[in-house]
Amino acid sequence: MRGIISTAGYVPYHRLQRQAISTVFKGAPAKGSRAVASYDEDTTTLGVEAARFALRAAPENLEPAALWFATADPAYLDKTNATAIHAALRLGVETPAFDMVGAVRSGVGALRTALETRGPVLVVTSDTRNGAPTGIEEASGGDGAAAALIGDDSDGPVIAEYLGGASATEEFIDRWRTPGDRVSKVWEERFGETQYLPLGERAWNGALKQAGLSPEQIDRLIVTGLHSRAVRGLAGRLGATNAATVDDLSATVGNTGAGHPLLLLTSTLEDAEPGTVIALVVLADGVEVLLFRATDAISSYRPARSVATQVGAGGDVDYGKFLAWRGMVTLERPRRPEPDRISASATGRNTEWKYAFVGSRDRATGALHLPPARVSREGGAQDDMEPAPMADVPGTIASITVDRIAYSPSPPIVFAVVDFDGGGRHAVELTDSDFGSLEVGDRVEMTFRRLFTADGIHNYFWKARPIRA
Amino acid sequence: MASQGIKDRVAIVGMGCTPFAEHWNKSADDLMIESTTAAFQDAGLDKDAIDAYWVGTAMSGASGMMLARPLQLQNKPVTHVENFCATASEALRGAAYAVASGAYDVAMAVGVEKVKDSGYQGLVGAGKPPTDGTGRTLTAAAMFAMCAPAYGAKYGVDKDEMRQVLARIAWKNHYNGARNPRAQFRREVSMDTICNAPVMAGDLRVFDCSGVADGSAAAILVRAEDAHKYTDKPLYIKALSLVAGNCSGNADPNYDYTWFPEINATAQDAYAQAGVTNPRDEIAMAEVHDCFTPAELLIMEDLGFADRGSAWKEVLAGTFDLEGDLPVNPDGGLKSFGHPVGASGLRMVFEAWLQLRGEAPEQRRIKTADRGLALTHNLGGYPGEMVSFISITGTERG
Repeated sequence: MRGIISTAGYVPYHRLQRQAISTVFKGAPAKGSRAVASYDEDTTTLGVEAARFALRAAPENLEPAALWFATADPAYLDKTNATAIHAALRLGVETPAFDMVGAVRSGVGALRTALETRGPVLVVTSDTRNGAPTGIEEASGGDGAAAALIGDDSDGPVIAEYLGGASATEEFIDRWRTPGDRVSKVWEERFGETQYLPLGERAWNGALKQAGLSPEQIDRLIVTGLHSRAVRGLAGRLGATNAATVDDLSATVGNTGAGHPLLLLTSTLEDAEPGTVIALVVLADGVEVLLFRATDAISSYRPARSVATQVGAGGDVDYGKFLAWRGMVTLERPRRPEPDRISASATGRNTEWKYAFVGSRDRATGALHLPPARVSREGGAQDDMEPAPMADVPGTIASITVDRIAYSPSPPIVFAVVDFDGGGRHAVELTDSDFGSLEVGDRVEMTFRRLFTADGIHNYFWKARPIRA
Repeated sequence: MASQGIKDRVAIVGMGCTPFAEHWNKSADDLMIESTTAAFQDAGLDKDAIDAYWVGTAMSGASGMMLARPLQLQNKPVTHVENFCATASEALRGAAYAVASGAYDVAMAVGVEKVKDSGYQGLVGAGKPPTDGTGRTLTAAAMFAMCAPAYGAKYGVDKDEMRQVLARIAWKNHYNGARNPRAQFRREVSMDTICNAPVMAGDLRVFDCSGVADGSAAAILVRAEDAHKYTDKPLYIKALSLVAGNCSGNADPNYDYTWFPEINATAQDAYAQAGVTNPRDEIAMAEVHDCFTPAELLIMEDLGFADRGSAWKEVLAGTFDLEGDLPVNPDGGLKSFGHPVGASGLRMVFEAWLQLRGEAPEQRRIKTADRGLALTHNLGGYPGEMVSFISITGTERG
């Protein structure tokens, strides 16, 4: 049996209330909200967070044999983005990490390919969706990620068995974005609908046949894609008359593009019971259908942090800040020098610290060093340290301040001295919080972020955020 | 610390100090020429009479040639030193030890900083090595802002009281600076203005932060036994103490941001070198590193001028005022002078030079000068990771 061993979504903390757009531009008010990646997040960092949650829910010691990362909005071209995720997760150097980037279709493509190969594969799908101000894409898009550890029951308990699937692929012009463009363009939607509907029916029938199922046996039907008219049209034609409605998260998160199919599958599995049959139908330059059945193992499966929890734990960002974060308006720069680009060789010497937040612990005294040190602060032993992975260790704020004059892509910087559970202190930037909302004694957890970009090099490191869930 | 010290073996016989200001029309070269010229005149020497030079700057130059070229020193040993905000004090230390060793008869220490050419407000570090990008990017203001709430929580000083305490320190230093023609800011500032100024970082407001200025200061040092050849009123070096911290405060959960261990260590060392047992009564005046008002508050306890947890009361009681029991920063401090990093340490010694010799203008002359000992103190860095320096100088050779 092959299928999903563990899975997780990551919904960034910030929400843009769609009404905020009409307040500024005097349009018809739209309902609901969309999830917004913070100024220090990109598709790679969103992917890291989802992958951390997915691995936390997987059996201990189950190492992925491969990492596949899919996004339509990669932080780098030429350079692989999956390697930063690989480093943040401390995967072995023999474990390959590959990107599938550019197309929205890449997300379901990575998932499907992982389901049809061997060995435990970590699939990470992630996206940040941009639209021009006041446009439909701006309001309906969302930022988010989802990750799943796919494997055989010999790797670990499979919570959702892959029953089979089918693909329909076709070249037609519906949605496109040329390299360098910030936002997508779309053809008149009626044309795309005429393409998607027959492709969808064809893939649907093929998948059911392969799995030996009839449409009435589907308990949960997920139909998703960025062409919402075709999505609605196809859902009505599939004959899944017994399928319960699935929340497509459009009212809260928005459509997270390449990340959305796995995000919806993850949230659907969160309230599935043993035997629940789930169909995932994805419209993106063709139609992919994937069929799953929840196993008995799902009864004892506990997500590290459920999608529902994250959807409910957001905080609003105002529209001006949203536009600035997305680069849609350029604000006055802080009157401080901009940071230099990071050094590739200095970074190369400190990969474990920088990407995985690994300190060192003095074997004799137990003194924890952040960053890792060769000579101990206590006792003075030299080169007698063991690695101390701290990314998943929560901490408590020992001191906190706000800096209104330091350089930041989104000032002011809120900054805290954090004492980690079990020992260790580090002074870190706080994120996903406003100054004044936190105080000494509050609990925080570490999160992988992009501090700044200089000379096109992204400076990834860890920050702390309040523990909300 | 097992430092033997050089008590009464070296004397300062001449000093110079430029006004500290936004010197848009003066370069670092100009400022060094002015401070050294004044020191030469003070001691009745010329540049050729100096056997060796130490020049301190943190961001305005490199190598001894930065001084040899503008002064056109011919075949002289010139050493460039840098130690954050203790840079000028480090130059003094190098020159003093060189004379004490017998290697040279006459040495000069020069400190200089040209800050205002960067185009940015505040200090801008220069020549930072390439890094992995994981270091902090905070300003010093934010780091020192963490001390006030920590101190308040530990000793039961509420937020409003703390605001008054910090404002009182700023008020005092501006009061003193208003009486100093070399100061950058020469106006008194009211408590109201201080308390209602714009917020910079944490609870620190504009007047809790020292300014930024250009400036230079210089001192000429000789063997103590030769001092009276140059002046009737030499200042003898009683103690020089330096600690470069191991940066453990931001890595060790035991550090609580209510004191500076590096400063406490230098104080104990300096008092031992100088034979001071009761600093509160024996020291006539102190110039301390008031880069931010919470720093001056904590320093009072680290130097033993006040018991732990009591400095805030002493500040409010006026103990450290110009007319108080122990005047602190009688020249106006960093608050009034601004902080040309590589010059401040020698600027502080210059105030000791004026006050202990009875040459400070009457309007800011301390009443305690007959105690005969002055302390200067620099810190460079941040709470949890700093360099600390203390000098003690005196009028009498013991």
